[in-house]
Amino acid sequence: MTWETVIGLETHVELATATKIFCSCTTQFGGAPNTHCCPVCTGMPGALPVLNEKVLEYAVKASLALGCTVTQNCRFDRKNYFYPDLPKAYQISQLYLPIGRDGKVSFPLPDGGRKTIGIHELHMEEDAGKLVHDPWQDQTQCDYNRCGVPLIEIVTEPDFRSGEEVVAYLEKLRETLQYLGVSDCKMQEGSLRCDVNLSVRPAGSDELGTRTEMKNLNSFKAITRAVQYEAQRQIERIQEGKRVVQETRRWDENKDATYPMRSKENAQDYRYFPEPDLPPIQIGDDDLARLRAQMPEMAEAKRERYQAQYGLSAYDAGMMTSEKALADYFEECVALGAEPKTACNWIMTQVLRKLKELGQEPGRMAFTPDRLCRLLALVEEGSLNRNTAVAVLDAVFEDNGDVDEYVRAHGLSQVRDTGLIEAVVAQVLADNPQSVADLRGGKEKAFGFLVGQCMKALKGQGEPKLVNETLRRKLEEL
Amino acid sequence: MKITEELVDYISILSRLKLEPEERAAMAGELEKIVSYMDTLAQVDTQGVEPMSHVLSAVNVTRPDTVEPSFDREALLRGAPARDSETFLVPKAVE
Ligand SMILES: [Zn+2]
Repeated sequence: MTWETVIGLETHVELATATKIFCSCTTQFGGAPNTHCCPVCTGMPGALPVLNEKVLEYAVKASLALGCTVTQNCRFDRKNYFYPDLPKAYQISQLYLPIGRDGKVSFPLPDGGRKTIGIHELHMEEDAGKLVHDPWQDQTQCDYNRCGVPLIEIVTEPDFRSGEEVVAYLEKLRETLQYLGVSDCKMQEGSLRCDVNLSVRPAGSDELGTRTEMKNLNSFKAITRAVQYEAQRQIERIQEGKRVVQETRRWDENKDATYPMRSKENAQDYRYFPEPDLPPIQIGDDDLARLRAQMPEMAEAKRERYQAQYGLSAYDAGMMTSEKALADYFEECVALGAEPKTACNWIMTQVLRKLKELGQEPGRMAFTPDRLCRLLALVEEGSLNRNTAVAVLDAVFEDNGDVDEYVRAHGLSQVRDTGLIEAVVAQVLADNPQSVADLRGGKEKAFGFLVGQCMKALKGQGEPKLVNETLRRKLEEL
Repeated sequence: MKITEELVDYISILSRLKLEPEERAAMAGELEKIVSYMDTLAQVDTQGVEPMSHVLSAVNVTRPDTVEPSFDREALLRGAPARDSETFLVPKAVE
């Protein structure tokens, strides 16, 4: 019998706000334990939450970008959950009226095809704190720096049939949210986390099998492998005549296997009710129209435009749009007058090389587009050859040093002014009649001396080939 | 609504509370008194009344996304039943 894998995803994405969702503590990553905390985010009695306006804006934008209907009258709900990572003993979330519903996302697949999946809902909620077990005291330490960091949870319909489809969707999701500027979606820092709901059924069946939920998937590789493993595990169980148990399983990356989580962690009865500490939210038609108008051009649209408008290859256009910061950089260079293909070429080879060397990301690069454009202009007009220009970029990249200043200070600019070179050559020939005579007498060494005199007069900046040619020609003309 | 000892058991599992048998019986009685107050409320005729999600008429109470200094950690930790120099301590909750 052939089997079909049915997958739905719940993705938590951290929003790129400066402050937490319900208080003004910073969301900055790291920090000494409990130093990004206040009475609100540590759940002190009597402290009252106030919604961060940016969270609402970002959640609406994400909803719109994922084709959701925005719930214009929405509110928060209280999810009761007794675990010390939530000091209030509940999480403020949305159950009854999530901000976005019934969306659709279309994305390309590795085999060249396309897939469209449904978004069931998108809601806002707060993140939990971090628990660390201290083996010496046999106690658990609670750090609430993360507690109250704003998240959106995006729940899909069970529309995926393979791990590859899941990864392709997550890439599209990451790209979309990065382009919107609502999240940096860094899996390694936990700003994009994924729970996978999976069941299997005989191919062609319309019924859904019993599903398991896998948590702790923090890389695309882990997702692909966990999906493969778990689908196979369920198929084998059914073939052995056993039942699949509905449960939450944890993916163990080191052992390449999933394990059931302790049953206590599985007790799910959150007793949701409307959050009494937060008044409801009303999003007017005009607010919605304003946010809709702010939606940026997305990566796929940019890729097509770069090919049509700038003549970039599909590969180059893909590279330029791989991150929004890079696409912005490229577009700024073009706006400053750089030839698109040349700018793209320099960004792909030199800029990305330097970023990799420095371990930096395009969004945090110091080297500004106007500096790169100035460098390209110097190459274009012949003042710098390509190798020298690369060396200049190497030197000024990290601190965004002034290109002209560096070239001047290091005497790198090539003099290609033929008029100036001719005048210098004529002067050198007039000043050194003995050397000219020696050369005529067959002493080739004298030519080198004359070149040296010319270069000295040009302060070492004459283009060597041009100086040589001019000197030969003038000697013949004498 | 009748609060049985079984229901008290279930709620105590959800809220991670360990109750002794005599506490369970007492808790059932107390909870029943509280819940019976809701039964009184339930007698009000709400036919034709719009459900509301909040007691105040306010909507859209938000704040700007501007960082303010966080609280002094020592002040936050001071009231904790168990703590070390940097964190709140609770009985073992992770493996
Ligand atoms: Zn706070």
